[in-house]
Amino acid sequence: MGNVLTSVLAVNPVPWARSQMAFTLAFHIVLVPLGVAWGFITLVANYRALKHDDADALLLAQRWSKYMAVTFAVGAVTGTVLTFEFGLLWPRFMGRFGDAFGIPFAIEGLFFFLEAIFLAVYIYGWKRLKPWPHFWAGVPIVIAGIGGTASVVAANAWMNEPSGFTMNAAGKIVDVDPWGVIFNKAMPLQTIHMLIAAYLVGGFLVASVYAAAMLRGRRDRYHRIGFLIPFTVAAVAMPFQMLVGDELARWVYNNEPVKFAAIEMVPKTSSDVPETLFGYLNSSGQVEGGIPIPGLASWLSDPADGTSTVIQGLDTVPASQRPTNAEVSVVHLAWDVMIGMATLLFLLSLWYFAAWVFKRRLPKSRMFLVVAAAAGVLSVVALEAGWVVTEVGRQPWIVRNLMKVEQAATGNTEVWITFVAVLLIYAVVGVTLVLVLRLMSRRWREGELDDRGGPYEPRGGVPPREPAGIS
Amino acid sequence: MSDVVAVILMTGVTAYALFGGADFGAGFWDLTAGGARRGAAPRQVVSHAIGPVWEANHVWLIFCLVVLWTGFPEAFASITLTLFVPLTLAAFGIVLRGASFAFRKEVTRTSSQRNFGAAFAASSVLVPYCMGAVAGAIASGRVPPNGTAGDAWSSWVNPTSVLGGVLAVTVCAYLAAVYMVWDARRLGEQEMVEYFRRRAVATAIVTGIIAFAGIFVLHGDARYVFDGLMSRALPLVIISGICGIASLVLLLRQDNRGARLLAMGAVATVVFGWGVAQYPYILPTSMKLSAAAAPDATLWSIVVVFVIAAVVILPSLGLLYYLDQRDLLGVAAEPDTRAGTTSS
Repeated sequence: MGNVLTSVLAVNPVPWARSQMAFTLAFHIVLVPLGVAWGFITLVANYRALKHDDADALLLAQRWSKYMAVTFAVGAVTGTVLTFEFGLLWPRFMGRFGDAFGIPFAIEGLFFFLEAIFLAVYIYGWKRLKPWPHFWAGVPIVIAGIGGTASVVAANAWMNEPSGFTMNAAGKIVDVDPWGVIFNKAMPLQTIHMLIAAYLVGGFLVASVYAAAMLRGRRDRYHRIGFLIPFTVAAVAMPFQMLVGDELARWVYNNEPVKFAAIEMVPKTSSDVPETLFGYLNSSGQVEGGIPIPGLASWLSDPADGTSTVIQGLDTVPASQRPTNAEVSVVHLAWDVMIGMATLLFLLSLWYFAAWVFKRRLPKSRMFLVVAAAAGVLSVVALEAGWVVTEVGRQPWIVRNLMKVEQAATGNTEVWITFVAVLLIYAVVGVTLVLVLRLMSRRWREGELDDRGGPYEPRGGVPPREPAGIS
Repeated sequence: MSDVVAVILMTGVTAYALFGGADFGAGFWDLTAGGARRGAAPRQVVSHAIGPVWEANHVWLIFCLVVLWTGFPEAFASITLTLFVPLTLAAFGIVLRGASFAFRKEVTRTSSQRNFGAAFAASSVLVPYCMGAVAGAIASGRVPPNGTAGDAWSSWVNPTSVLGGVLAVTVCAYLAAVYMVWDARRLGEQEMVEYFRRRAVATAIVTGIIAFAGIFVLHGDARYVFDGLMSRALPLVIISGICGIASLVLLLRQDNRGARLLAMGAVATVVFGWGVAQYPYILPTSMKLSAAAAPDATLWSIVVVFVIAAVVILPSLGLLYYLDQRDLLGVAAEPDTRAGTTSS
């Protein structure tokens, strides 16, 4: 049976492996900010509740931690799928580079452990732990989120900037310098960029829910605080992200010129390169469409030299070693989308701060809330776009200049089946996740008590729930 | 050096079997608990028992995969190339299980609870079967060396893999039943103590019979590992047998705490014994640990990470289990299973 199946369904696995990896990563990356940043946001509310005896903040912290229990579970299992996929989809990559590429993941494992353990203590500890020890049990979640992000991004940065190993003539790794692997050149800026992105998306996403609620007239103190805490976290992070993003772009200009050429859509090396808004690269490699702003790309790449800055073109490397024209168009579009969203969110943050500075209150305009309610989705779009830039911009390489994606892929021809299955399973899980979160929210809104009794009761104050009523 | 990392890897596999395995086993009992009304009480215990701890236990799997691919990359590539199908099924099962368990806790309608419960429970059986089949494929020498692919089907559809799969499912069910005797008592549910004690005894006997029959399977199908179990690993096999029988006796005599420790001992020694039996091969009998191993600096990194884990993670895990067992966790976060089940 097996042989018949394999011969009937023999399909080139490479495009399917690519699609599956891209899809599962795109799904998982939305849950990442919730794991990394929501813990911090919840602790801010928890701290406020304890310090100022704020019942609304306490209720928010409790409910957020329960949402987190659900999103973290889905994040944990979709992250596990990625771990499997490294082997299932890219076995030749792992076989050849696992001894270097794996090191950051070994460290990530530590942080994942820490996160899972203390998240459990925090989520399940509301009732019986004393208030401050319970609060402190949440702190390792934040640390683990930061450390885990740094580790995973270090591995991704290593694919962009492989270093810290020695290969023999046959291309086999014979010696490894773990520090060189972890702290590769791309790692510091990429890590900070992703970390801030996680806080931005986490903040805007949570805040957008409360902005939507306020638009529907639920403007009590509970909803206001539910908006203010996460939105402030994101709004504070936003200007820093503009600076870090700018710095990272210049780093790419200096260190990954081919990716940069794709970002700016530069077919031939030249100075005075325009910044083209949108547009695409046609099949003969010419820029078509879009709105060119003369000299801006050159100027941004190195303001000191201004428009005379030379940007290396795509034609400096053979076609087999750079992204295809279609991929370049994707990278460029994703770049424009990311910058566009970031600019919008930056302006929104400025509006927010201006209102605080001059009027000491939230902007009153309904328009502000409308944009804020959209900010969650917009920030997710920016996150996905940024990730497309870095990944598609590295094509055709999986390890830049050392191994191509097609050399890394599995030979198993069933990948198209697993891709379809993944698509279906994730669609169901994703839709259900949203439905369950909404269900929890509705249940709480309809006034059902969150738990039997309030949090932080003295030990023994709440008897274990009687399961006798079940039968 | 590669031997040290192999011990670390087997430690991770054993921990995953003992803790993650029990969580899967809990799903097995969830699956077999019967209709919504009849099965409500055991399901309540299952939910309580694994609610706070399953994610932490699950990380052992990540740990094993990462140590395997970092420490023995070419062996990892061989395994993932050859065992694409069972590993993919396991990954899907893990998604369905984790997500549906988390969802089930938050939904209130009985029909939704039933759907999520079914997904949770069915995948809890599928995943250990696949993992056991993978172990059987490796043990019986069906994974070729040096990052090459073996047969996509016969590698995991064969006597040793079937043995591995069935044994994994029963071992998980056995561990879970033994643990849940304890959990039920902690929750003050006498009826459930007895319920799981009976099941622990039954699965102990079934597991013992399958393990015994397995000796003949290995003799015919996985000769190197069989020989190893009868020589190098023989002390471990004997200890496992003694622990298993002793735990059965204690279960019958209702000494539940001792039974739990001995059950863990029985499983840990047999999992570790598998590793010892196939020493010095990572893929018997074509690839030795030393041949598959990464450069020394990488192996050292793994050792350092493991030491940090021992210093930081183990006490944290200990804290989690301590709080959990002292009933300081878990009550508040499961408000709604009752509402759903009574309405049925």
